[in-house]
Amino acid sequence: MTAATIIFALVFYAATALCVGGLAWRIADYARTPAPLKIPTTPAPTTTGGVVLRMFREVALFESLFKSSLWTWLFGWMFHVALALVIARHLRYFTEPVWFWVTWIQPFGLYAGFALVAGLGGLWARRFLVDRVRYISTPSDHLMLVLLIAIGISGLAMKFLSHTDIVAVKAFFLGLMVFDWQPLPSHPGLYVHLALVALLIAIFPYSKLLHAPGIFFSPTRNQADNPREVRHLSAWAAALEKVKP
Amino acid sequence: MATAEVIAPPLKEYPVIPILQAGSMASSKPYVANAQMQQALGFPGELVEGWQEKAVFRLGELLKNYRSLKVYLDSCVHCGACSDKCHYFLGTGDPKNMPVARQDLLRKVYRRYFTWSGKLFPRLVGAEDLTKEVLEDWNTYFNQCSECRRCSVFCPYGIDTAEITMAAKEIMDSIGMGQKYSNEIIAKVHKIGNNLGLPGPALLDTLQSIEEDLKEETGQDVRLPLNEKGAEVLVVVPSADFFAEPHVFSLIGYAKVFHAAGISWTISTHASEAGNFGLFIGNYGQMRSIAMRVRESALDLGVKRIVVGECGHAWRVAYSFWNTLIGPFDFLDPNHPVPQHICELTYDLIQRGAIRFDKSKNDQYVVTFHDSCNVARASRMGNMPGGQFEIPRAIIRAVANKFVEMDPDSIREKTFCCGGGGGLLTDELLDLRVKGALPRMEALKSVVDSDGVNFMATICAICKAQFSKVLPYYKFNMSMVGGVHQLVANAIQLGPK
Repeated sequence: MTAATIIFALVFYAATALCVGGLAWRIADYARTPAPLKIPTTPAPTTTGGVVLRMFREVALFESLFKSSLWTWLFGWMFHVALALVIARHLRYFTEPVWFWVTWIQPFGLYAGFALVAGLGGLWARRFLVDRVRYISTPSDHLMLVLLIAIGISGLAMKFLSHTDIVAVKAFFLGLMVFDWQPLPSHPGLYVHLALVALLIAIFPYSKLLHAPGIFFSPTRNQADNPREVRHLSAWAAALEKVKP
Repeated sequence: MATAEVIAPPLKEYPVIPILQAGSMASSKPYVANAQMQQALGFPGELVEGWQEKAVFRLGELLKNYRSLKVYLDSCVHCGACSDKCHYFLGTGDPKNMPVARQDLLRKVYRRYFTWSGKLFPRLVGAEDLTKEVLEDWNTYFNQCSECRRCSVFCPYGIDTAEITMAAKEIMDSIGMGQKYSNEIIAKVHKIGNNLGLPGPALLDTLQSIEEDLKEETGQDVRLPLNEKGAEVLVVVPSADFFAEPHVFSLIGYAKVFHAAGISWTISTHASEAGNFGLFIGNYGQMRSIAMRVRESALDLGVKRIVVGECGHAWRVAYSFWNTLIGPFDFLDPNHPVPQHICELTYDLIQRGAIRFDKSKNDQYVVTFHDSCNVARASRMGNMPGGQFEIPRAIIRAVANKFVEMDPDSIREKTFCCGGGGGLLTDELLDLRVKGALPRMEALKSVVDSDGVNFMATICAICKAQFSKVLPYYKFNMSMVGGVHQLVANAIQLGPK
């Protein structure tokens, strides 16, 4: 058991705990906080089914962003779809036997790695080239892109430049999940990749990555437009009715 | 403070996104409400001792009560999708008028006091202490947002800057830094019943003189009843409809529609205001108590239906919030929507063939339609999503022969605010209002040049007042703007069939 194995095992446990705990706390907080008024951005669907469809278009196709800016949509959508494919491809390192659709997706996931980095590059370029986006960018906005690009490039490097012992890596992660630690191969590229991924997982609930759960709780998108038909009343608003003016 | 110089930007052939001009609108601030106005609404009279802690405390309370605020302060990724969507940014180039930058004025304080990252690494995530400078920025730039929600259409997470602006205004009110124009108006509603402070006798006098004019014009007894018990419909209109031009022409239109359809109706002194500035200052309690006057009047007069006149934010509050604030409406006729927009009522009558028009009476006009922001993006008419766009247009087509649409990027859900909404319709902000009207003026100029448009119809009292004021700055005739029911009034046939 190398020191690196022990360190990475502990780091991944900590990162996962921070991520799951933080997300659960954040999502519970969103769910608990009342939305006292009906504020869907209209025209809006009038039924729950319609809202589900609107939310699907928003999450899967980035409908509003498409209306707003084609370049941002192009790079942003490319990055997110590529990320989804890359994560799906990585599932083979966490499952045994590997699910059939994960096997099927492997070649797409490979090309998606390039699309991911290209999309991120486009998004980052906007932060320098468009004066409005440059104005609103904070250091963390830049660093988040640097982090994701570095994860992408270090991953691609292991595939195309300097292979690691991927069978051992898989054994390490399968072992982690059942608290049966297996040695992690010694490979600088792998260390960089895994450290950055752990960092990304850890900061997810404490950064702007909260946009992922946030969209589902956005009242302008998740409310049905039916205020005349159904009386909407939050708990604290209902309490006001008991007080005589 | 002398009124700042008012400069209208030149109208361009095509919309152009301006280059950033940092600080260009830093001197545009509203008058601060004085102690008397503040205290009338239960707010502190002046900036309180320890305002910093109290502001942060109030923000904490709002975060517990409004999911929108919490989710929107967390979710922004600074993608810039909204950055070129605000009419005030397009008209001024001031970067703090980009919706995202406006939100960040509050977000940076939220991050500093309510998030781990902002407490530990403020510089990294753009978190900042609530200083006097930040408070000044709030007063300046949250009073350059008309809460029109255009940015929320384009945000991939639906972040609505109006929610952020309302929260900021509520915080400022709670520490004694209210906005004079809005708070003064709210006090008038509580005291007299309408935003303009028009007392009952003056209202009666106005309505009677309109009746006399109508008798002369039409030869018929078209009535504008006040406080009439047992009327079928309570009509709640923006108080500007009682005496301002062009607003009053729409009031005449409503009266003629009710007369032609034979529906009894009444106006109420107690609820002689459809507008609800409680919305603009983001104060639920104020919004509720202003709206409550409508419920009280409806019960007192024993009406069966409530209809709302041509007013944008009023329709938002009525359509989206009344059921929540002052419902349930189980004492009203369930066969009609509650509340109903005057356009819905007129449209139904047209569909049923219950009213007739001579369209040629509007032949002197080439008409276009300006969608008002709160109607377009925060409400609905009829049964279908988008009815708020189709119904007013259907009425215009039924009463006029010549109708032309403006640039598709400037109408329907993408419509531009007139530049005077959100409690900004005040003289000290005139420069901002003129500049904020730029995108609408460019779209209007285009159809004026191509199709000879000479009438821009709209269904909002604020739009009408704002355009009447700013049209001349862009070399247009101020009487180019008017109501949809102004056109209805011109064309409706009142004689026997």
